[in-house]
Amino acid sequence: MITVNRRDEVVWREGMTVTDLLATMKYTHAHIIVSIDDVMVPHDAYAETLVADGADVRAIHIQAGG
Amino acid sequence: MADHGLEVLAEIPYTPAQADRGYTGRTLYVNVGDGTMVAKPVSDEMRRTFIGGRGFDLWLLWNGVRDDTVWDSVENEIVIASGPCGGTTQYPGSGKSIAATISPLTGVPIDSNAGGHFGPYLKFAGWDAIEVQGIAAREVIVLVDAASGVVQLLAAPDDCPTDTHLLGHWINQTLARCEDDRRLMAFVTAGRGSEHTLMGCLNFSLYDRKRQALRYKQAGRGGIGTVLRHKHIKALVVRTLPFGGKSNHPADLKRIAKIGAEMNREVAKWDPVQNRMRHRGTSYLVQTMDDYDLLPVKNFQYGSHAETPAINGDVWERHYTQNLPDGCWYGCTVACAHAVDNFKLQTGPYAGSCVIVDGPEYETIAGVGSNCGIFDPAAILEINFYCDTYGIDTISFGTSMAFAMECFEAALLTDEITGGLDLAFGNAESALAVLHQMATGTGFGKVLGQGIRGMKTIFVARYGLDRGFLEDIGMEAKGLEYSEYVTKESLAQQGGYGLANKGPQHDEAWLIFMDQVNNQLPTFEDKAEALHYFPMWRTWFGLCGFCKLPWNDVIDPKNAETDEPAKIPYHVANYVEIYNGVTGAEVTADDLIEMSERVYTFQRIFNLRLGHGRREHDAIPYRSMGPVTEAEYASRAERYDRQLVDWLGLEPAAMPVAEKLARHRAYRTGRYERLIDAVYARRGWTDQGVPTLETVRRLGIDYAEVVEIIQRRT
Repeated sequence: MITVNRRDEVVWREGMTVTDLLATMKYTHAHIIVSIDDVMVPHDAYAETLVADGADVRAIHIQAGG
Repeated sequence: MADHGLEVLAEIPYTPAQADRGYTGRTLYVNVGDGTMVAKPVSDEMRRTFIGGRGFDLWLLWNGVRDDTVWDSVENEIVIASGPCGGTTQYPGSGKSIAATISPLTGVPIDSNAGGHFGPYLKFAGWDAIEVQGIAAREVIVLVDAASGVVQLLAAPDDCPTDTHLLGHWINQTLARCEDDRRLMAFVTAGRGSEHTLMGCLNFSLYDRKRQALRYKQAGRGGIGTVLRHKHIKALVVRTLPFGGKSNHPADLKRIAKIGAEMNREVAKWDPVQNRMRHRGTSYLVQTMDDYDLLPVKNFQYGSHAETPAINGDVWERHYTQNLPDGCWYGCTVACAHAVDNFKLQTGPYAGSCVIVDGPEYETIAGVGSNCGIFDPAAILEINFYCDTYGIDTISFGTSMAFAMECFEAALLTDEITGGLDLAFGNAESALAVLHQMATGTGFGKVLGQGIRGMKTIFVARYGLDRGFLEDIGMEAKGLEYSEYVTKESLAQQGGYGLANKGPQHDEAWLIFMDQVNNQLPTFEDKAEALHYFPMWRTWFGLCGFCKLPWNDVIDPKNAETDEPAKIPYHVANYVEIYNGVTGAEVTADDLIEMSERVYTFQRIFNLRLGHGRREHDAIPYRSMGPVTEAEYASRAERYDRQLVDWLGLEPAAMPVAEKLARHRAYRTGRYERLIDAVYARRGWTDQGVPTLETVRRLGIDYAEVVEIIQRRT
């Protein structure tokens, strides 16, 4: 199980990347900052970065409206 | 410019003062009733306490009105100012104008901002603000002509149109002698719809040199256009002096040029891969809001819809004319002020004409589109154009229409009441018919033009409808219609709307992602802190003449490495630099917040002075907190059932829906009250929402009349 934003739980699967996780959460926003266990993931590495089972993921949407 | 041929009712000569470090040092008072025109000095105290823009507006308005002033009182004013940084061309989004008046919808001061050229041109014509009072006996135009060194009150002849797109053309024909004149002129207008509704907007012109055509940005909220037309003012016109990048005479031009160049590089690098504002403006938000269940659909019942792709940013990017510099002020590289050219109108008095439609922007698309169940881009464009030229706020129109449509679908409004119009969600033809009625003050349009609060009163008094249900689904607070975000799952944003001084407009706070998605505000204290910082931060833009969009719609990812990325610390640092570079001050980021806190608290006291501004006035409709109807519950049943388990330890399987709704209501309304307690405490207000004497003393606004109001209202 993966914890997202200290609240939501997502079932982990083998080979799951940050991009996969964001898609599972339906997080489509263009500007999301992701950290895994407090380590920042560069935006251009989301597609290759694996998320481990039990990871504490923060997916922070940087946006404050229109 | 004495050769315009119009009758001069009154005039004063003046010598335009140059701006120095962002200020000209005086404001212009015009009484359109008796022709009085006076130059007022800007004192050091006024500048220090109220900064400019919205702050100057509120201070001048405060001194112009009485405790019992209402929107149509002769002493009510319209005040328009930019701010010390307004007119800067080196940093994007530095040309905003902020207008204020006592609102016809709320009875308290409304402030509303717009792009366009008027505010900066007014400053370059020698005035930090214009303050208009009185009611003219006939139709008038106020002309501030810096080139001729005169302010004139002109009689508008009978052939002077009222609807903005015609009036703008008339002004250009009558008052501009050449292309240079057109470029150096800007004006503020409303339209016929402003005469017959309480939701009139102001149109702020800009002359688009590339198109060689006039365009308009709107200060839409709160009915300021209604006040303009009630004063029988056709237009406020300024003809400024030739200007350039140094005309604001900043204390340190190199300092702001350096920051501006860095920001422009940032925009060029990141906008194409982030929100694509340069191509699609704020319309990018439509799909994002839908994806996160935040797009208002059918009067805020739902947050998404299968037809949203028909009106999302991809679609508007194809509709907007591309490859034109669509900034609403010079030097803005974000350039989000797009337009659709050669749009052929299908309805109304101008059917068959090909026009420029400014926008639509996100709020309009969501307001007159999805929230009314309309997913047809052509219909949205048609409504957008007519709202603008009639001088009607697209947000109030959309939210009010959505309310009427839900009442119609619930069989509360009959064909007889609507004059035979089928107001089912999605019926764009009927929505346009009502809009045209609003321009003439006829039919159901006259009713809708009163706004939701007015409609609720009419529906109860005339037709005996259930007030409780109307209060639940009527999306207004303080009398102002909600702007276009669903807040059911974000308690912080419920407060962002409900605790806004002017009413539910998102330019004070937009906390939905921080709260609902990011879970960065888990406690009441966290939410209260955000509802202190962000409203103050956003208020500061309005004090100085800035647009909010360059702050957090284009973001260098390096902000992610900071402690508080949601504040966009690198951009906050930019604004500190620009403010200091323009004014010559040396303030910190914390000082910016305190500037705003001073003005914001003063605005709350202004509300109190007019008999509002207490806890009961911060109430919000239940639709903004949770599901009202069983159909609404059913649309998100899994979510709501899970919440009953997680939040209340209930077992929803055996519960009837009515009981589930009641449990949600009790829990959610209780949380809103707890939020209010936390926010009031953070802001230094009593539990009834009155700023304490200690707070106003700390902020240095403990004027005798302020103290007296606090003592009287506590």
